[in-house]
Amino acid sequence: MTPPERESLRRLLKRRPPGAPAHVELERVTKSYDGRNAVVRDLDLSVSRGEFLTLLGPSGSGKTTCLMMLAGFEAPSSGTIRVHGRDVNRVPPRRRGIGMVFQNYALFPHMTVGGNLSFPLEVRGLEPAVRRERVGRALELVRLEGFEYRRPSQLSGGQQQRVAIARALVFEPDLVLMDEPLGALDRRLREELQYEIRRIHSDLGVTVLYVTHDQNEAMVMSDRVAVFRAGRIEQVASPEALYEEPERSFVARFIGENNRLPGRVMAVRDEICEVDVAGRIVRAFRVVECAPGDRVTLSIRPERVALAPTPGLYTNEFEAQIEDITFLGDHLRLRVRVCGRSDFVVKIPNMVGHGAVIEGDRVRVGWIPTDCRVLDPDNEEDTA
Amino acid sequence: MNGAGLRAAGLVLPLAAFIAVTFALPLGTMLVRSVYDPTVAEAMPETLTRLGEWDGAGMPDEVVYSRAAAELARATEQGTLGQVASRINRVRSGLRSLLVRTPRQLRDSPAGPRREALLAIDERWGDPETWHAIRTAGDPLTARHYLHALDLDRARDGSIVQRPAEERVYLRLFARTFAVGLAVTVLCMLLGYPIAYLIAHASARNARWLLAFVLVPFWTSLLVRTTSWIVLLQTQGVVNDLLVTVGLVADDGRLALVHNMTGTLVAMTHILLPFMVLPLYSVMRGIPSRQMAAAASLGAGFFQAFRRVYWPQTVPGVGAGSLLVFILAIGYYITPALVGGQSGQLISNFIAYHMQTSLNWGLAGALGGILLASVAALYVVYDRVVGVEGIRLG
Repeated sequence: MTPPERESLRRLLKRRPPGAPAHVELERVTKSYDGRNAVVRDLDLSVSRGEFLTLLGPSGSGKTTCLMMLAGFEAPSSGTIRVHGRDVNRVPPRRRGIGMVFQNYALFPHMTVGGNLSFPLEVRGLEPAVRRERVGRALELVRLEGFEYRRPSQLSGGQQQRVAIARALVFEPDLVLMDEPLGALDRRLREELQYEIRRIHSDLGVTVLYVTHDQNEAMVMSDRVAVFRAGRIEQVASPEALYEEPERSFVARFIGENNRLPGRVMAVRDEICEVDVAGRIVRAFRVVECAPGDRVTLSIRPERVALAPTPGLYTNEFEAQIEDITFLGDHLRLRVRVCGRSDFVVKIPNMVGHGAVIEGDRVRVGWIPTDCRVLDPDNEEDTA
Repeated sequence: MNGAGLRAAGLVLPLAAFIAVTFALPLGTMLVRSVYDPTVAEAMPETLTRLGEWDGAGMPDEVVYSRAAAELARATEQGTLGQVASRINRVRSGLRSLLVRTPRQLRDSPAGPRREALLAIDERWGDPETWHAIRTAGDPLTARHYLHALDLDRARDGSIVQRPAEERVYLRLFARTFAVGLAVTVLCMLLGYPIAYLIAHASARNARWLLAFVLVPFWTSLLVRTTSWIVLLQTQGVVNDLLVTVGLVADDGRLALVHNMTGTLVAMTHILLPFMVLPLYSVMRGIPSRQMAAAASLGAGFFQAFRRVYWPQTVPGVGAGSLLVFILAIGYYITPALVGGQSGQLISNFIAYHMQTSLNWGLAGALGGILLASVAALYVVYDRVVGVEGIRLG
């Protein structure tokens, strides 16, 4: 390996320190409706106090079921859910004191905005003066001062969602669950509210568990993201780590764009594997346990592939042919034929001197071993 | 109106014509009949003109007698005497036979003053009450039927008085009808609300089955359903047999479940139940199941959540169902006629009686008019209090 490659490997191997005390813990939680097919399988998850954790995954991957079990609307078939270290399996939803924002808001249409917000305070038997003060503060928090006497039907979708968020916060829970709260909104409004929710989260310091199937939303908002697939968590990590250091080929595929090369392990040297990809030997960073002869998937980000690198700088360097070029303003997206694939994508910044490539050119491409990750064999069938 | 508007109006025309012929016209005729009856006025115009000058005490003069004799004879020739007689008979009973036989006997009597001739036939012709009856019946415009329908009568001096106790029927009947309507509505509501809730929140497959249980009886002939209740409820019927077998009821103490008020209530509740369940179901289906979950997550217990979140949202359905069931119940005819016995008869049964048996269509019209007015009043009150626009029927 070249010296810069060695430095990159050293940084990668440094592990992050353990986080704050756990607020929510799921331990070996399984949920099955019919006793045969598990919606959630043997799930472990720990959420720190004050953390914004997103459950991300395709529909039917069990993320909403997890949220419903936490809220108490579903009971786990086995396993334990703890909040502040206390087993809540037998605590009914209304006694959990968890704020919940539902997918379609679930506002009470026959009550005013003030009535909706006041409801959780009334069932807690708070004095009218205290209620008014708290409702006022909650409306201020979501910037809907003066909307107290409106009906939900008189509000826009974005405003309704703000009311739903305010209602989930007005009784001052320290844990808030949000089930695809922005799913019904248009893109501009969604981005605005993503920012709002982030702000509210940092203002109040509450723990937020957020469900979405939109990876952009997850990347923008979360401290950490748990990627769900078929009832299991594939990986829990910060958005950066999910992007830079996917540990499963599903995550590599689900988060951002990735080139995936199927291959067979030839040799393992410490953290670096030599993998046979269509007759070429590719050196890559070992993420999964593997031994010579194993089938694996290599994953490499399109922007980590260099076009016509200085000879001898990268260990992995191959001949390639440009199939087509898409101009995308600030960058170019090339589809090249390399290592037996014709759909290998390379993104290069639109910089001086890069305008020279044309379709059909034969070029050299290269990348460093730590940017190329050895993952479990890819199963294309369960694509998101 | 533009062309499209005209074409649209044209599409509505057949319906409008249909409603006019089958509904508005008969209804209007009956309502007119309840206040307007020209039978006597047309048969005896001369007599009535002269009677108008009569002071009401003592006997009318000879002119009245001679005109009455002439006009009764003409009515006999025209074949309207029977109608005239029964119309007058309704004002004062017992006069029918007198009026029917008078022209015949008059033909055989000697010429001369008609007063003597008539008095010779029957001394009731000298009774001022008889002439009062003719004069009253001769007024084509009359509130008499409405007064009768409310157990009232007009005294000789024109003041309104209650009928004698043994003739007071209709007020009690109206009260009974409204009480039955109310009871059936409440029963339908108590039975229908949980059923509608169950169907609205069942899985799609189960909901189809449950809905079929509501709809199949709904599609079954009213007569079949009513007579089935007779089979079930009669003294030697299924329910009584079961109770005797189980030992809850002695064999000689079988319960009277049908041909009385119990039978009417049971059968009407069963028959009207779909009219409560369907609007409720429709309203409940519009309430997302997440609403109750949201209430729970906000700290509300089931009853609190139900009372504050669920129930208020079903009020339009409850209103629509109750209004529908109550209106149908107070006009119900076949079921009380078949299973009601004596104590289970309602106002409609008496309207039918006056239509078909006593042929007092005026009174039938008045009873129906009062029924119609109460329904209209109810609708207006409901609209003011709850709002008709909120009603959902399915």
